Amino acid sequence: MRRQIPALASLLVVAAVLCVLPFVLSDYNVSLAAQVGIFFVAVLGLNILTGYTGQISIGHGAFMAIGGYTTAVMSRDHHTNLVVTMLMAFAICFVVGLIVGLPALRLSGVYLALVTFALALSIPQIPLQYSTFLGGVGGVQSTETVSNLWIYTAAWTCSAILFVLAWLLLRGRLGRAFRAVRDSEIAAVASGVELPVYKTLAFGISAAYAGVAGSLFVLATNGFAQPSEFDLFLSLELLIGAAVAGLGSLWGVLAGAAFVGLLPQVSTSVPLIGAQHGRDVVFGAAVILVMLLLPDGFAGLLARIRRLARA
Amino acid sequence: MSAETSAIAGLRARGWAVDPGAVTVALVLLGAAIFLLIGCLRSATFAQYTVQGIALGSVYGALALALVLVYRATHVINFAQGELAMLTTYIAYELMLKGLSYWAAFAATLAIAFVLGTLLQVTVIRPVQHSVIAVVIVTVGLFILIDGIVNWIWGGDFKSMPSPFGIDSFNVGGVVISHLYVGMVIVVLASVVLVWALFRFTKLGLGMRAAALRPAAAALVGVRVDSMLAIGWGLAAVLGAVAGLMAEPSQIFLSPTLMQPILVYAFAAAVLGGLESPVGALVGGIAIGVSLTLIVGYVPQNYIGTELQLPLAFAVLLLILLVKPAGLFGRREVRRV
Repeated sequence: MRRQIPALASLLVVAAVLCVLPFVLSDYNVSLAAQVGIFFVAVLGLNILTGYTGQISIGHGAFMAIGGYTTAVMSRDHHTNLVVTMLMAFAICFVVGLIVGLPALRLSGVYLALVTFALALSIPQIPLQYSTFLGGVGGVQSTETVSNLWIYTAAWTCSAILFVLAWLLLRGRLGRAFRAVRDSEIAAVASGVELPVYKTLAFGISAAYAGVAGSLFVLATNGFAQPSEFDLFLSLELLIGAAVAGLGSLWGVLAGAAFVGLLPQVSTSVPLIGAQHGRDVVFGAAVILVMLLLPDGFAGLLARIRRLARA
Repeated sequence: MSAETSAIAGLRARGWAVDPGAVTVALVLLGAAIFLLIGCLRSATFAQYTVQGIALGSVYGALALALVLVYRATHVINFAQGELAMLTTYIAYELMLKGLSYWAAFAATLAIAFVLGTLLQVTVIRPVQHSVIAVVIVTVGLFILIDGIVNWIWGGDFKSMPSPFGIDSFNVGGVVISHLYVGMVIVVLASVVLVWALFRFTKLGLGMRAAALRPAAAALVGVRVDSMLAIGWGLAAVLGAVAGLMAEPSQIFLSPTLMQPILVYAFAAAVLGGLESPVGALVGGIAIGVSLTLIVGYVPQNYIGTELQLPLAFAVLLLILLVKPAGLFGRREVRRV
């Protein structure tokens, strides 16, 4: 129990800061903080996959697209309550994640990376083909739009719920099985972990998280779902967020989400390179530097600092 | 099936070691070739689609081969391979603006690509190469970085380059075959043969194969494994540059997203070929090129249009992994504890 006190304390600190933030920040900054919350959900999901089972997905933007379009289409055609559409996004992406993950996960991690990369490039093409239902290049507009504060509250409430859910899932049998798969697939099989089941399940769960993030993402852009929002860059951002986060630490995931949620905004003001490409140049260079200097991500850095402090 | 088994029995009787899987693959490929041949003889449109498919497929094959070279050596996929090819194509464009002729720029670009590939391996890949995830993420970072740099220097708008083979075409019995397609296939095949010869007949190639197969043993007999891996990246970048330069005229315009769809086709090609097999990558590339061109050509736009070409390649990728994960030419993976 004593071991968990610092963890609980940091959790409470984060929660308290998040409650206070909307009262001190300007409306624009609230929208940025909401953006970080949205990425928190997605990076958290991806962290379950990369961090706990050691699989790489370069295609989580595709699941965000599926979640986002679910929300926009349900709101446009059926005026469904937005919170209900998020639950639907969660369920649909879980199922799609299982379907996509199944063939790829029977093989080594590189194949999953290949398949998900192809998925990330393929999914934005679907609305172009079925433009009557999915709006083509123009996109789908939901009937309801929401304020920045609404998004902020929704994003961080989802973050909190999904964080607790992840904790509940990973602390027991499931989490042990996931970690066993990561450390040695063969040893895991030998100890009775059914590899395809657990790998696919991890992929499904993380896809479902991305779906919720996508649904929030669309609401944050005035309820407008468009193929160009869900380009390859989004998927790459998520993977980078997970890499910056490192393994299984709340602070790590927060840092990863802030990195990908805020860096594009920060880097657009870089002189010389110019707004539009500044994002890509700074982002790409930052990612490579982080990987060279902090191979275990922010969580690894924290662990190293903690070890230094103790010594 | 019985004909096949009796054929195997016949070969075995003569003392040949025959893998039934390989025979099936050979029969499937032979069947596909006969199907294409009959189709081409019966319909000029079909022949035109096939030729176009082979030309595009050779480009996919070249990029797939670049991926396979890196994968064989280090068991990672270079996700920036396509963007690297796109960058080198822009360099060729710039050299031509500076007044170089097409083929002079072509040669200079290949040299630059080699240096660039080698440098990247030494500076950013080597420090993280102990972890597959780290390498993948670094290549993803390179992907974004290269994309940003190209957009920064040249802008996102379409550029056009002079066509290396003119706009004329041959007319073979009513089938119009443009010089471009013939040229693409010849250039790609020539570069693949050169790379193959390098691996097969030179001491450098021997060292590179040794470094890829048994790094520790190769180091013990004096092969400088690190240098070999760096040269491997350089060669992969050269093949990628060939793919980019040959892809540009077929897409008519040069843009920063030139190689993104092609990279997905190259993935499908490499996986179809078995991910470890250079021949497989090339055959896979042509198979993907021809089948995509035929499907998009013949299936009505309402069902599968050009928009669905990428999702289709994705579906093919999934299907290969479901049905024959080792690909056509790959060996089944055996893992040791």
